[in-house]
Amino acid sequence: MSSNQPATALIAEDEPLLAEALQAELAQAWPALRVLATVGDGTSAVAQALALQPEVLFFDIRMPGLGGLEAAAELADAWPADKAFPALVFVTAYDQYAVQAFEAQAVDYLLKPVQPARLQKTVSKVQLALAGRAQAAINSGADISPGLDQALGQLRQLLAAGQAPAAAAPIKVIQASVGSSIRMVPVAEVLYFEAADKYIRVLTASHEYLIRTPLKELLPQLDAQVFWQIHRGTVVQAEAIDSVHRDESGKLSLSLRGRPEKLAVSRLYAQQFRAM
Amino acid sequence: MRPEPGPISAAPSAVRTIDWLAKFRHMLQVMAFALAIATLQYAFVPDKPYGPPLVYSLLIATITWAVIDLGRELFPSSAETGWPQGWSALALVLGAIVLGYVGGTGIADALCQYYGWYPPGAGHQDPSQLRSSILITAIAGIVGSFYFYAVNKSAYLQRKMTEARQHASEARLKLLETQLEPHMLFNTLANLRALIGSDPQRAQVMLDHMIAYLRATLGASLQATHTLQAEFDRVRDYLELMAIRMGPRLSYTLDLPEALAQHPVPTLLLQPLVENSIKHGLEPKVAGGHITVSARREGQHIVLDVIDTGVGLSGTESQRTGFGMAQVRERLASSHGAESAIELVAVHAGGTRATARFPYQA
Repeated sequence: MSSNQPATALIAEDEPLLAEALQAELAQAWPALRVLATVGDGTSAVAQALALQPEVLFFDIRMPGLGGLEAAAELADAWPADKAFPALVFVTAYDQYAVQAFEAQAVDYLLKPVQPARLQKTVSKVQLALAGRAQAAINSGADISPGLDQALGQLRQLLAAGQAPAAAAPIKVIQASVGSSIRMVPVAEVLYFEAADKYIRVLTASHEYLIRTPLKELLPQLDAQVFWQIHRGTVVQAEAIDSVHRDESGKLSLSLRGRPEKLAVSRLYAQQFRAM
Repeated sequence: MRPEPGPISAAPSAVRTIDWLAKFRHMLQVMAFALAIATLQYAFVPDKPYGPPLVYSLLIATITWAVIDLGRELFPSSAETGWPQGWSALALVLGAIVLGYVGGTGIADALCQYYGWYPPGAGHQDPSQLRSSILITAIAGIVGSFYFYAVNKSAYLQRKMTEARQHASEARLKLLETQLEPHMLFNTLANLRALIGSDPQRAQVMLDHMIAYLRATLGASLQATHTLQAEFDRVRDYLELMAIRMGPRLSYTLDLPEALAQHPVPTLLLQPLVENSIKHGLEPKVAGGHITVSARREGQHIVLDVIDTGVGLSGTESQRTGFGMAQVRERLASSHGAESAIELVAVHAGGTRATARFPYQA
């Protein structure tokens, strides 16, 4: 995008008055900014961001469907590799842990109610970042998306910071109800877990079970050395991984010992797979 | 927000450690008591030597003490108060007194004989003397045991009282924390700030609801009950605030029959249920939904319903049956006892229904 055109933005905020207010405040603080769309939930935010390719994203942390962080992670995964990743600004009313994490990762954020002076500061920072990025792109003529790697690193840290601390002792058995009885499935036999709507599919070499625990609650109970998260909804037993493939677009996928499926690895978790 | 682990209350641990210093203190106290008895005995019969009654008294007392004070550690029922419960306590004390008397006099007899202070059994040769020494042992044993029992019991009650007080203030703090949740507060303020610029009149209305909500929340602990009308007014304040925030994603219906408007209800009983419906039902749902709060009379009961069309129960069940529900259940139980009930069910069309039921008062 050439620097002569006005910068573009997307606002994701579930409270309509606050979305309006942010847009109004932005009109004051950054008159040249064009807000392409305002959405009220995380899933639409991802879809609209991919469709409109804005340069700046204002994402509320708590939204129905996908939260701001998860939406940003999803977006980073699907973002075209040859386009600059947008500058991210998170908006939150009160999340002391999130704010600490933002500070630590040098991620831009705004606190609600948004104060004009603070917004002005954020705008200056974002403008600076966009200018620097444009310059870098001209200088290097780089083919990898500027900012995407950095955003992935930040998001990885932010998501990890928001996770529940690991349980003292990992669980050994999964209790899955099958009809009216409960099957005890040894965790060691599980090849991978896959989140499906409100359930988790538990897959062994020969069987498939459903459990009702959200993946977010199951994850801290698994041994992180044994089970690797490779996608927002997929956790794989590392020893069951047979090989990792990279396609033309650079996306990774896994094939497993004992299962025919190929599992997609999201960009967020791809850094685990490096040739030794 | 992550909950901080609360101060750990002194739960009875599975493995009890014996406080040997306390035991030693008890023994010294018992010996002093025995000394006093021997002195008394000597004071009443000064023509007999002082030595033998002292030896008898000390030995009987020490054995009795040892059996009771060490013996009670063997009873699992003494974990809390330090004493076994019911009959086993009585049996322990009586057994200890008999053992103390028999053992104590036996050893004392042997000692006296060995050192030639006294002919064997001379301390209680004639029946009247035997009776009086048994009586003294029994009375001293019971008085001593009662003394230690009372001391233990009062320490136990003190501890329980401190625990209960701590529990109560923790619960109140937690309730306040959920109602004045910073996220809710700052989002509401952000909306107010936006409205002041764009629609001052609506801002004023919103501010009025917020004032009423804050006043009710902060003052809730002062008043145990208020009328259903007041309860529904507070629910309306909260829902109005949320409706401004959530816009078209939230709609609600309040249904309070005129005949029940003046019926008393525990203050802010419905608040946690409505908050649950918003937080776990409607907020996670992209399309939002509807909340219905209603009161009706069913025979001798008042039934309050909070029904939402949110995401339903699965997944976040553990959270929804958490603090809010427990709090409502506890308050209903303390105001209406076993006749009250609360339940949370999934509505087949998606969403949930929380129902509170308590006796109608004519």
